[in-house]
Amino acid sequence: MNKRVRVVVFLKPGVLDAQGQAVETGLRALGFEASEVRVGKAFELTVPEEGWRERVRELCERFLTNPLIEDYEVFEREEVCVP
Amino acid sequence: MRDPRFAVVVFPGSNCDRDCLHVLRDVLGYAAQFVWHETEDLSGFDAVLLPGGFSYGDYLRPGAVAATSPVVRAVRRFASLGGLVLGVCNGFQVLTEAGLLPGALLRNRTPTFRCEWVHLRVERTDTPFTGLYAPGEVVRMPIAHGDGRYHAPREVLEELERQRQVVFRYVDAQGRTTLDANPNGSVHHIAGVVNAAGNVLGLMPHPERCSEEVLGGQDGRRLFESMHRWLRERAAVAAGRSG
Repeated sequence: MNKRVRVVVFLKPGVLDAQGQAVETGLRALGFEASEVRVGKAFELTVPEEGWRERVRELCERFLTNPLIEDYEVFEREEVCVP
Repeated sequence: MRDPRFAVVVFPGSNCDRDCLHVLRDVLGYAAQFVWHETEDLSGFDAVLLPGGFSYGDYLRPGAVAATSPVVRAVRRFASLGGLVLGVCNGFQVLTEAGLLPGALLRNRTPTFRCEWVHLRVERTDTPFTGLYAPGEVVRMPIAHGDGRYHAPREVLEELERQRQVVFRYVDAQGRTTLDANPNGSVHHIAGVVNAAGNVLGLMPHPERCSEEVLGGQDGRRLFESMHRWLRERAAVAAGRSG
């Protein structure tokens, strides 16, 4: 059996997010009241179900994120939406 | 005595590889050749250059995918055996992602790609890469990057400064670390760092783009000449020992 997971990655709090600041500038230019904008990224992947939490943690810390600058969260997904 | 041999790594998306090879071979007359990112064999080389560019399209994080390539595994072994490794721009990003240098390179503080000449202060001349510069000398080199903001956690920074691993800092023409002279928001104005052993250097500015007067300056040339001289001296010492 396989497991579908979504990994969401953000720069750590305190690390300046230049992209987030640029997006915030755009939002404000459009008249939206928005602050503290952070831009992250998301991954979806399918992994073997056995021991998946440990494996996903490992692949996040070795590759999907740079633990020096980024934090991540893992979410379990129900459906596979890759064609 | 054999002349030192330089390898210039080519990743998919490298775009300063030819400039590096041109400077090493055509300008300086050194023995140099390309090596492909899939090679695991760096035997016979004395120095390896990781050039600038956008390896693997900068996908995931700049340098992250290249850091998983076979040649970087070989570079890790090569460095552990004392070979000289120079990473320029994207090459610097590859070296931090591979864990061969401390810290990380983030999106510039200003949301712009910075392509301009900068001033750098040479903080150390006792490395294999900087022996031909004067201590505290201010040099001019071009930068061209969107992700050059050097970052490291406070304890790593303290360690870097204590061990004198910062080799180049962004300064103004007078050698002062002003806010305006820092093009990307790098912490402690860091433009280049060396590993603790002293044989792996990464920097964001491009020495290969300023090694001929026709390009507006040649302050970068002495970096390659320093490496060459250092390697020749090491070979001479080794030859003396065995002879």
